[in-house]
Amino acid sequence: MALVKVYVNYKKSILNPEAEAVHKALKRLGYDNIDDVKLGKYFELTVADGKSKAELDSEINEICDKLLANYNMENYHYEIVEAEAAQ
Amino acid sequence: MKFAVLAFPGSNCEMDLYNAIKDIIKEDVELVSYKKNTLEGFDAVLIPGGFSYGDYLRSGAIARFSPIIPALQEFAKSGKPVLGICNGFQILTEAGLLPGSLQKNVSAKFICKTEPLVVNNDHSMFSSEYKEGQLISLPIAHGDGNYYCDQDTLRELVANDQIVFKYANNPNGSVDNIAGIINKQGNVLGMMPHPERAVEAVLGSDDGIGVFQSIVNHIKSRGVIYE
Repeated sequence: MALVKVYVNYKKSILNPEAEAVHKALKRLGYDNIDDVKLGKYFELTVADGKSKAELDSEINEICDKLLANYNMENYHYEIVEAEAAQ
Repeated sequence: MKFAVLAFPGSNCEMDLYNAIKDIIKEDVELVSYKKNTLEGFDAVLIPGGFSYGDYLRSGAIARFSPIIPALQEFAKSGKPVLGICNGFQILTEAGLLPGSLQKNVSAKFICKTEPLVVNNDHSMFSSEYKEGQLISLPIAHGDGNYYCDQDTLRELVANDQIVFKYANNPNGSVDNIAGIINKQGNVLGMMPHPERAVEAVLGSDDGIGVFQSIVNHIKSRGVIYE
């Protein structure tokens, strides 16, 4: 088994009012040194064995392009972690 | 002529649409489940507002993979009218039937109020009942209504006259004040405002009737010859 960690976030050109609200809240709490806040999505996919690294790469990219991220406004990256390490 | 009104889990405007067509426009209309895989026998398809699949992941992102969607894509390809309102608009962008996407409102707030709109294109099959430049009032009710597309796409939308409705006072941060756009072929309209909630003066406005009447006029003037 492998664990795939997928990170989806907004492209730089996209305003993210939720992240801005969090940033403002941090400022109100006195954390003046926080220059920027990004707020995106994080997925953990537990994948059954049986596919090569290359096959898994292409499958994860397909999943991200098709469903997990909207290429109009989001970028994604992912890392594949072995199951032992994940635990 | 016969309208289909699609219903997804979490849709909540399907009965408003159904009643607008049945009681006000006085045409045949049928609710069609997202589980069906055909749209045979229909002349126009309406995709209602609401929160399909709870807006999980992104608005419309999961509904876009429903069993009915391939039939919808086929229907759109045939040139017949498809109208997506609010969540219906979001589903159409996720399904690749319209360019761009709908982001969180700039204010990060859900906005529910009646907004003035400017008719920007009065010769589409959805807006022929209006006059270009006409000011109409339609209710909006959305959290993710901020239309976004890149500059190249916007140039194309303008060049092809695809922007049908614009906000008079942009409430949500949409690019170029966009409230509703059609595809290049002109037979798929997505709009965030709710014309089906404005079909009786007693409810505040009947400015929405024109959208549905335009579709009926289009179909009837063509004698329903598509295939």
